[in-house]
Amino acid sequence: MYKIETTNINLFYGNFQALTDINLLIKENTVTALIGPSGCGKSTYLRTLNRMNDLIDDVRIEGKVLIDGKDIYEKKVDVVELRKQVGMVFQKANPFPKSIFENVAFGLRVNGINDQKYVAEEVERSLRRAALWDEVKDKLKKSAFELSGGQQQRLCIARALAIKPSVILMDEPASALDPISTAKIEELIYDLKKNYTIIIVTHNMQQAARVSDNTAFFYLGKLIEHGVTKEIFLNPVKEATQNYITGRFG
Amino acid sequence: MKSSEKYNKNKKRNQILVFSLFRVLNIAVIAILILILFFIFIRGYKTLSWEFITAMPEEGMTKGGIYPAIIGTLCLIGGSIIFAFPLGIFSGIYINEYTKNNWFKRFVSMMTNNLAGIPSIVFGLFGMALFVNTLGFGDSIIAGSLTLGILTLPVIIKTTEEALKSIDDSFRLGSYALGATKLQTIRKVILPIAFPNIITGLILSVGRVSGETAPILFTVAAYFLPKLPSGIFDQVMALPYHLYVISTSGTNITESRPVAYGTALVLIIMILIINLLANGLRMFFKNKVKMN
Repeated sequence: MYKIETTNINLFYGNFQALTDINLLIKENTVTALIGPSGCGKSTYLRTLNRMNDLIDDVRIEGKVLIDGKDIYEKKVDVVELRKQVGMVFQKANPFPKSIFENVAFGLRVNGINDQKYVAEEVERSLRRAALWDEVKDKLKKSAFELSGGQQQRLCIARALAIKPSVILMDEPASALDPISTAKIEELIYDLKKNYTIIIVTHNMQQAARVSDNTAFFYLGKLIEHGVTKEIFLNPVKEATQNYITGRFG
Repeated sequence: MKSSEKYNKNKKRNQILVFSLFRVLNIAVIAILILILFFIFIRGYKTLSWEFITAMPEEGMTKGGIYPAIIGTLCLIGGSIIFAFPLGIFSGIYINEYTKNNWFKRFVSMMTNNLAGIPSIVFGLFGMALFVNTLGFGDSIIAGSLTLGILTLPVIIKTTEEALKSIDDSFRLGSYALGATKLQTIRKVILPIAFPNIITGLILSVGRVSGETAPILFTVAAYFLPKLPSGIFDQVMALPYHLYVISTSGTNITESRPVAYGTALVLIIMILIINLLANGLRMFFKNKVKMN
């Protein structure tokens, strides 16, 4: 069974159709890169997977998104529960103006977990997972804003890990970071794959090639091609894919 | 080359010219404020004494103190705060966080702006009609507080709304993505960030409440009442109205003028203290939010 199955997703912002008939199957414990030029719908597709599009006025979504075989757009689905299962990391690191500790603990606290000892353990575990613990263990009470951009992004990943999701969505997580920080994030993605299903939107072809098992190419709201990353990059079937990855448009 | 040199020279000259102009205008604004304070202080400080702020007025209000007016104004500030802060803050939160951008939101926003534009004397008449007569509160602290509260509502709603609007959406999205509900997001992420700025609106509104005369004219203010209120249905004297009375209806101007300036000085000092307190609160909340 696939971890995520999307069938015939059509998404409209008012009268504008942003996604057309997207069919995509994603296996557990893999990294899938979504690539394509700006405005192609890859981020929009990403946000359908944790229903973040629900927050935008005037959005209409058709089709089916199954995660672990369950339709996440069914009426009885609790969006809050869904978002605990499907974590998200944004393009710009967005830590809360709270301490490093409280940032990671936030997801636990809003989900009713207040056992101090357990929270502390989970915060440490998540920070270790996000390869940030050694850098921040002595200043957990300090503001998250004191961290560098790369550290902030890893903090946001730790924050997402703390609520124990099985899927992590990443919307260009390294696009605002320097090469060293980017490399750290990429290493992290590689490590996390063992335990999580990761879907990452990226504008960086090399990054897609480096971190992902599968790649999906979006263009003008359509899924043009999807397959094993190596194949997509070496022998793309469609001409548009070929043109995009070789940089002829973008 | 020549012409570009000249262009650059002009560019620099204009820059200096315009900035000097801004600076002069800015200084003028500050000068006006200082002038007012200085003017009131020079004429009022001789009247100021411990007795002046703790004693009852005597002999046609030309002797004694203004104690009941100070207490009255404090009562009105307190009353209107209790009424207007929750109502205004919750309205602001509702408008910015819960309503979608549709005709309803625009309508509420337009009405809030209109409410802010209504002359304060109209609020006074409205308060008299509704609270004093229809609801039968009579001339009382509660009628006056409610009237002043309504008067300050638009300021509180607007600043709350603006404070919330200025918060980057990434905080909200980040919170939702972690499984927080809308209410949790507002309570735990948005409000702590917005609070220091909301407080600014509250400061402004408190300043306005303590200085308004027209809304309390028909709803609470007593011309001369040398005793303290014993409940919310009592009338009180209030500083701005007292100032008005002394300045207009006295027969003995040489005796009453100093009292008027003294009263004005007390009013200004009171507002100053409130602002300082509120600023302290603002800094306190700002430090609690770890922005840097």
